[in-house]
Formats: sequence, structure tokens, C-alpha cells
Amino acid sequence: MAVWVYAEVSNDGPKPSALELLAKARALGGDVAAVSLGPGATASANELGEHGAATVYATDDEAYEDGLGRPQAFALEALAREHSPDVIFFSTSYDARDVAGRLQARLGTTLMSNATDVPGNDAAQTQIFGGSRIVDVALEGATPRLVLVRPKSFVAERVGGSANVVSVDVQIPDDLRSAKRVERHEERAAGPKLEDAKVVIAGGRGLQDPSNFRLLEELAEAIGDAAVGASRAVVDAGWVPYSYQIGQTGKAVRPEVYIAVGISGATQHVVGMKASKRIIAINRDGDAPIFRLADVGIVGDALTVVPKLIEAINSRRGSGGVAQ
Amino acid sequence: MQIVVLVKYVPEPLGTPTLGDDFLLVREGVDGALDPGDEYAVEAALQLVGAQGGEVTLVSMGPEVAMSAIRKGLSMGAHQGILVSDPSLRGADALVTAKVLEAVVRRNPFDLVLAGVESTDGYTGTLPMTVAELLGIPSATFARTVEVSDGTLRVERQTEGGFDVVECPLPALATVTGSAAEPRYPTLKGIMSAKQKPVEQVSIGDLGLAADVLKPSQRVTAATPAPEKGPGEILQAGDDAYTKVADLLADAKVI
Repeated sequence: MAVWVYAEVSNDGPKPSALELLAKARALGGDVAAVSLGPGATASANELGEHGAATVYATDDEAYEDGLGRPQAFALEALAREHSPDVIFFSTSYDARDVAGRLQARLGTTLMSNATDVPGNDAAQTQIFGGSRIVDVALEGATPRLVLVRPKSFVAERVGGSANVVSVDVQIPDDLRSAKRVERHEERAAGPKLEDAKVVIAGGRGLQDPSNFRLLEELAEAIGDAAVGASRAVVDAGWVPYSYQIGQTGKAVRPEVYIAVGISGATQHVVGMKASKRIIAINRDGDAPIFRLADVGIVGDALTVVPKLIEAINSRRGSGGVAQ
Repeated sequence: MQIVVLVKYVPEPLGTPTLGDDFLLVREGVDGALDPGDEYAVEAALQLVGAQGGEVTLVSMGPEVAMSAIRKGLSMGAHQGILVSDPSLRGADALVTAKVLEAVVRRNPFDLVLAGVESTDGYTGTLPMTVAELLGIPSATFARTVEVSDGTLRVERQTEGGFDVVECPLPALATVTGSAAEPRYPTLKGIMSAKQKPVEQVSIGDLGLAADVLKPSQRVTAATPAPEKGPGEILQAGDDAYTKVADLLADAKVI
């Protein structure tokens, strides 16, 4: 069985999701290859190899950098027709979704999105209804089957090994380059990144006003290694930038502790945080679905509760009961 | 400007969804609605034709009840609708759906296709791009703003760390996020006039699609309850609750 990973790369190296997918590909056995397209691809091959790719199909061609999915799908189709992989893994990311959706049209093979596990090349698992049901899906018909996996479903593992790097030499027709990225803007928050922080504090509509996000920043400061995120509802309302969003669209996080403040617990949000080790929920509505996930829930107004929590944390520290 | 908006009828997003014996989502006999994610696309389309002239056509595939989703969009101000409804489409997967939608969109000239980022019931999130590829047009996904001028689509595309500005020539496809446009509420006049607006009902035969195009390549074989973790402690706001949280944070070694 040949398992491919569409490995998203940048000049900073492979994205963490690429290494997670390689861990699963390796666990399935068979021949593992990674395909990485665009600036940083060749330089990423080493690390992809150390994580289990026996072959890396790579090109640094800038056509893939700004191509927004079309050039990538074209090149992947050419490579897949030449080498006949059984399955190709993608991350459920912004860019990879575009590539996989287009590739499906070109290959006419099946596509499974939001997979949380992949038992083999003919089956995938996902969770629906906010993670309350696990669904097994049989993947049928021609190969390669395309499987998009939710970030953080697998744990990356450095196993050693080095990849045979095969240069990709596909000519991208000009008319597939008509969409162009003309500007890039970063809107980074200070402090640890959402994906890396030990504690994630997320705010929703229950905060009532954008200015109240300040309370979450204060709570994060009181805890230390904590990052602030948000539900889609408040990102859509323009309270905080999209880079804060946790959920199906947005980031998937898996911290030691997740604190949901004024978030009801819509499926959209839950799938991005359900895997957190411990969950604290604060909501005025005692029936809010988020409480079903909570290890500790507080029924109350976020604007009252959060300052009290900060006091409780500070006094716990002050008492010297637990070392930082 | 001719704008096509791909819309989906989904079970009421706030309701409790259920699976039938065939593991397909129960769509009939339950409350349903125009997918809230698609309302943003309808609104963005209405604002574009409001400023520049043109028409908005809603295209949907689904059971007969999906007509109500189209009527909702028409009551917001869209001009006409096309519903593909055919018993053979039950259980259709993303590729089958994309091929059907492509066949419908192709029937008339268009400048722009808009869609939501993903459906609220299935969350697949790849269908619009599959349609774009089948149509052979460029695209911009995750648009939080949508502008059209001089035959060029320009959007701010959300990214993990911020946003990019993306441009492409028309005809093109864009998926829009909830930041793109705040959906208007239908007025009483809008609701009344929606009843008079043309909605064409199309069957698979009308589209001339071969039977093998309609064969899904995936099926659900089992649906089992996920392991539940034990119930947590839910407390009223008060000192006990704050202490419990501090305890938990200390146990987790984060304070």
C-alpha cells in the first residue's frame, strides 16, 4: 500500500500537521511518501524524512506559493497518475481543503473530510454531532482516496530515517495561475500561540461586549502560560481577529486546561477544543451544551466570575500552596 | 452581473440532529432551514448586485423540503431559484453533489459563484472548490470581504495568522465567512414577493447526467456513541466554585 501525505511547508519548514499525518501514514505500513510544493519544500525534506517519509516529491517553485490550490491540484494529479498512491492524506486546513477539493474534481475519486482516524486505505472515522457519535465510513471506488484529517488527531513522532528526494517537474499552465495573492497581513496576538499554550481561555457572546475580552487577557496573565481565543460568533461579529478563532473553521487546540467563557458549545466550536485534557466552562445558562463537556462548570455571569477567579488564582499563589 | 449562490437546506441548526437506520441524516419531517453559513453568501451577493446591478440566482440540491431554503433566500431579495430534487440523489456524496451543481450552474452565463465556507450539517468544506475545478474557474476561499470591479474579484481571505488579499478574474467562485456580510431579515414585502418569484425544479434527467456519475463512493457503515466522560461538577457562581477551579488549575500544574 502506498500512502501519501500532502505536506504543507513554508520557509520555516513543514507545518506540524504534516508531521502528524506522517506518523499515521507510517503506522499504516507500506510505502510512505510526502508531497511538498512551494518555497521551503526541498529544505523541509530532511525533517519529513526523519518523520517517516521514505520519498519526498518536492519543488520550490513559487507558482505554488500564490496559486491558491489550482497549481497544487494540477501537480498532484500528475504525480498521482504517474505513481498510483492508494490514499493521500491532507490536513483539514485552509489551504489544503482548497487543494483537496480541486484534486477530487480532477481525479474523480472519493474524499473524506474531518477524519479523526484512518484505519486503512478503505475506511475512515469521523465524529459528528459535536463529537457525540463516532461514524465509520467505507471509502470505495478508484484510488487514490483523499482523506482530510483534523489537526492534532495524531501525534508527530521523529523516528529517524532519510527521504529520497524526487524533484517535481510539472509545468503549470498559465491559466491555472490567474488567482493571485497580492498582499499578506499578519494579526498576531502577543504571548504564547493558541496551539502551544498550556491553558487556553476562549470567549464568546456571553462576554457581552468586545471590550470585556480584556478580562480574559487578565486571567491569562494571572495563569501565565495561557493564550486567549474565541468562538466563531464573536469573530464573525468582528470583536477579535480571525486568528483567535477556535473550532471547525479556525484552530484546533489540545491544551492541559481549556476555559470556555460565555460560550454555549455549538458543534462548530466543540470540535476544535473537545480533546483538551481538562475543561472549565463558565456560562449564565445552566443548560448550555458546553457544560456536558466540563470537568468543572460555573453557572454565572462571566463578567462577575472571571475577576473572582483571578482573585482565587492569585491567593492560591500567594499562599505558596503550589509552586509556579 | 449574474451571481449564482449555492445554498443548502439543513436540519434546524439549534435542533437535535438524528441519523436514520441507513446512517443518513434525517432531513424530512424535522425542522429545517437555509444553512446560516449560506445566508452570508446570499447577503454578499445581494449587496454586490444592489451596488452594481444584476441578478442573484439560488441553486440548491436536496429533497422537496429544500424549497423552503430557496424561498428564504428569495425573501431576502434573490431573484430566482433552481432546485435539483431527485430520489436517486439520496445519499449523494460531495463529488456527486459537485457534479450536479456544476451541471446546473453551467446552463446559464454567470460572472460569480458564491457559497458558504462549509455546511452546518456536514462540515465537509471542499464542495465549492470541487465545483470551481469542474467549472474550470479560479477561486478565493474564506473571504471576509468581497468586491468586484472591472471584471476582477478581490477578497480578503482569512488565514491562520491574519488575512491575505486575493484577486482573480471573473468568472470566479468565492466562499464567504460570517464576517463578509450581516444577513438582512426578510421584510413582509420580501416574504410576499418571494412566493411569486420563479423557482425551477430540475430532475437528474433534465441535466443529462449519466447514471454512473450519481454513484456515491463512500457510505457510513456504523455510528456509535463516543465514549462519554463522566459528568463534571456544575456549580453556581460562588466561593466554592472559584476554589474548585483553582484546585483544578493546581492539579494540572498550570499555576
